[in-house]
Amino acid sequence: MPAPIRLRELIRTIRTARTQAEEREMIQKECAAIRSSFREEDNTYRCRNVAKLLYMHMLGYPAHFGQLECLKLIASQKFTDKRIGYLGAMLLLDERQDVHLLMTNCIKNDLNHSTQYVQGLALCTLGCMGSSEMCRDLAGEVEKLLKTSNSYLRKKAALCAVHVIRKVPELMEMFLPATKNLLSEKNHGVLHTSVVLLTEMCERSPDMLLHFRKLVPQLVRILKNLIMSGYSPEHDVSGISDPFLQVRILRLLRILGRSDDDSSEAMNDILAQVATNTETSKNVGNAILYETVLTIMDIKSESGLRVLAINILGRFLLNNDKNIRYVALTSLLKTVQTDHNAVQRHRSTIVDCLKDLDVSIKRRAMELSFALVNGNNIRGMMKELLYFLDSCDPEFKADCASGVFLAAEKYAPSKRWHIDTIMRVLTTAGSYVRDDSVPNLIQLITNSVEMHAYTVQRLYKALLDDISQQPLVQVSSWCIGEYGDLLVSGQCEEEEPIQDEVLDVLEGLLVSNLSTPVTRGYSLTAIMKLSTRFSSDANSVVSIYGSSIDVELQQRAVEYNALFKKYDHMRFYSEHCCFVQILPALQVQSTHPPCFTGSIYTSSLFYRFNLHVLYYLVSLLFQANDLLDLLGGNDVVPVIQTTLPTKPASAGGELLDLLGDLSLSTYSKNGLKIEFTFERANPNPNIAVITIHATNTTEADMTEFVFQAAVPKTFQLQLLSPSSNIVPALNQGSVTQVIRVLNPQKQQLRMRVKLTYTHKGSPIQDLAEVNNFPPQSWQ
Amino acid sequence: MQFMLLFSRQGKLRLQKWYVPLSDKERKKISRDLVQTILARKPKMCSFLEWRDLKIVYKRYASLYFCCAVEDQDNELITLEIIHRYVELLDKYFGSVCELDIIFNFEKAYFILDEFLLGGEAQETSKKNVLKAIEQADLLQEVYEMV
Repeated sequence: MPAPIRLRELIRTIRTARTQAEEREMIQKECAAIRSSFREEDNTYRCRNVAKLLYMHMLGYPAHFGQLECLKLIASQKFTDKRIGYLGAMLLLDERQDVHLLMTNCIKNDLNHSTQYVQGLALCTLGCMGSSEMCRDLAGEVEKLLKTSNSYLRKKAALCAVHVIRKVPELMEMFLPATKNLLSEKNHGVLHTSVVLLTEMCERSPDMLLHFRKLVPQLVRILKNLIMSGYSPEHDVSGISDPFLQVRILRLLRILGRSDDDSSEAMNDILAQVATNTETSKNVGNAILYETVLTIMDIKSESGLRVLAINILGRFLLNNDKNIRYVALTSLLKTVQTDHNAVQRHRSTIVDCLKDLDVSIKRRAMELSFALVNGNNIRGMMKELLYFLDSCDPEFKADCASGVFLAAEKYAPSKRWHIDTIMRVLTTAGSYVRDDSVPNLIQLITNSVEMHAYTVQRLYKALLDDISQQPLVQVSSWCIGEYGDLLVSGQCEEEEPIQDEVLDVLEGLLVSNLSTPVTRGYSLTAIMKLSTRFSSDANSVVSIYGSSIDVELQQRAVEYNALFKKYDHMRFYSEHCCFVQILPALQVQSTHPPCFTGSIYTSSLFYRFNLHVLYYLVSLLFQANDLLDLLGGNDVVPVIQTTLPTKPASAGGELLDLLGDLSLSTYSKNGLKIEFTFERANPNPNIAVITIHATNTTEADMTEFVFQAAVPKTFQLQLLSPSSNIVPALNQGSVTQVIRVLNPQKQQLRMRVKLTYTHKGSPIQDLAEVNNFPPQSWQ
Repeated sequence: MQFMLLFSRQGKLRLQKWYVPLSDKERKKISRDLVQTILARKPKMCSFLEWRDLKIVYKRYASLYFCCAVEDQDNELITLEIIHRYVELLDKYFGSVCELDIIFNFEKAYFILDEFLLGGEAQETSKKNVLKAIEQADLLQEVYEMV
């Protein structure tokens, strides 16, 4: 059997492959060779084979069959084997697999090996991928090595201990004794890793934190030495001595000084020193300054020091290096709440960062800008933010638009400014505003009564320019529907459109491909509303949609049409048009709670709610000649006299009063009088039992009397046999008949009645509508 | 540090060091996605980005991208220094290192990294000491070139 090819040879060969397929073939061939070599338990070449496997694994090919081989290599006595074996273990094994536990014994042995480099391999592997079980088993060995005088091993043991503590926090206590003299070390490697270990312990345990607070003076001293000492070639980075250690010490100081006045005071001077003396021309100096600023802002530092820190950040913002600008913005974002005024001083620089090319910087600058907006700077800031909104990437637009709305709501200097700002957002980023903005904006506009004319005019103009942005179109449609009369009446500053133009625009929205179903709903409703305000005919448009494929639109169109047919004369009764005024207020209320998903559901909910209210009010207000006939038939029949008070309905609140004043319904015509009485069926509260009593005041009998009734779809009706079908003349008797109505949905009871009888030889037929049953009869 | 990746401009992985326990499948997915994200960035952009819930620090040296995922509390600027230190170590070891060195001697690149970082933290801040340790360990390797 020839020796397996060398690693570098294999790499060279694979790299000559010109296609993916060719590479795959080579790999498969080599894997097969390696597999058979493994099967032969070849010790000599195992190392080489595993190394090749690791290369192929890096290319993305499966290598799990090499896992056990790695363990065999680790157990070998040869250093080369161990090196590759441990590397393989770290790359191919992970703690989810039981195989890794087999390593435990080998690692234990190697932790006690006579060669420090072998011990080093074991510590490295344990500290990189040791599972909780392994850590529990080997923590003792690590602790032992933490106390050794060999700095090469001590530094590795410290970081290994960090890993053990992360995996098994309960073991933290056992490392405490070993930490005693860690900071007295001269060796920077040990110092650095010790500081990392101490940091880990203090972050995890308040007790440890208290215990280690006494180290603050020592840490301060070490830091001071680093800064003050002369050039040390071994640790120098661009003129700074061991920046890695400095940064870690600063971080530990931050944790120790956090809520402690004494410690904070003890580190005050050194922080000031670092902040002022560190060379800022290179990244490394700025890295230290950055850590210093973070520490100053987090501990209980005196105000002078805090101002110093913020000024450093301000200088960072002007740095050419965008990485520095980035960390400055991040830090300022963290401190803007606590040191608001100090950060305000750098506002203009922050705003300039909005124009930066880098996405991360732009985002932070945007967040920070919004945090800095207040009553004093709102106008200037908004100008910049709106400009940003115009030009920024789509990923920012939604957040920016929301931020603008929030800021405008909080600090708007005037209503007109507020509405102008909203308009600007809708026109520049209209498609990105969040769903709940539309009802919120409608509410805002409603409440700004004096701005209605101005708003509707501007929105109308915006619609003429662009109908693609749905939120803008929706808000505009709504406004035009509401305030269309203001739009055409000459109250606007510029030349007003005529009614037909406005209707054309709304119609255009209905047919446009750009309009979503929700938007179409808005425009249809707007057209309907305008039919009560405009003299031109909006009817035809609405009726077309009676056969629309969109169910929502179809339903609206049909129901609006029904309204139109009956209430033609109402269009100009402005005082009776009050019910249309109710609609907007109710619309807005009904869009809450925001858990409704989909604005179609939301808008249809309030649409139905509004029509329901409509029916109520209409039926109550207009008795004679004006009752709604939904059950078919075009006869408008004057019927029921009620003792309804004649006060006109006004906005929502009095609705309930009107219902409460109703009395018994009666029919009286041509001498025939029918009275309705009610009772509730005991077993089933959903059934209303109505009894009619028919009496005759004329001097002739009414014979062949038949009473028929029909109810809307949601009800069920049962008509029992009448007592007789002759209504005797001159009130000498009555015909009674029981009607049982099932009303499971507890809706307002409505009934259509047909009466036929013969009187003095001629057949008489009459139709009537009963709408004002008292609430007790159906609730 | 949670992991470090080295990859070429074509997106080929040259080194992957993981300090958090993840399955092979998860590692592959993360590598693939992150590499794509970084390669899509323009040259003038900043070295830091938020990706999923991690902070990513990356820097390009010639044809190789060095990319680290660090924790929230970690200092991004010093991470750049860590990356730079590693590059210097490779450079000193290989003598003017280039991508090919790392391709053909990937195991050595790992050994050097493991002498510089342990568990994601720097274990030795002296360049000299790291290189000395590697040298000594190399000497321990059996005389005949087995690999």
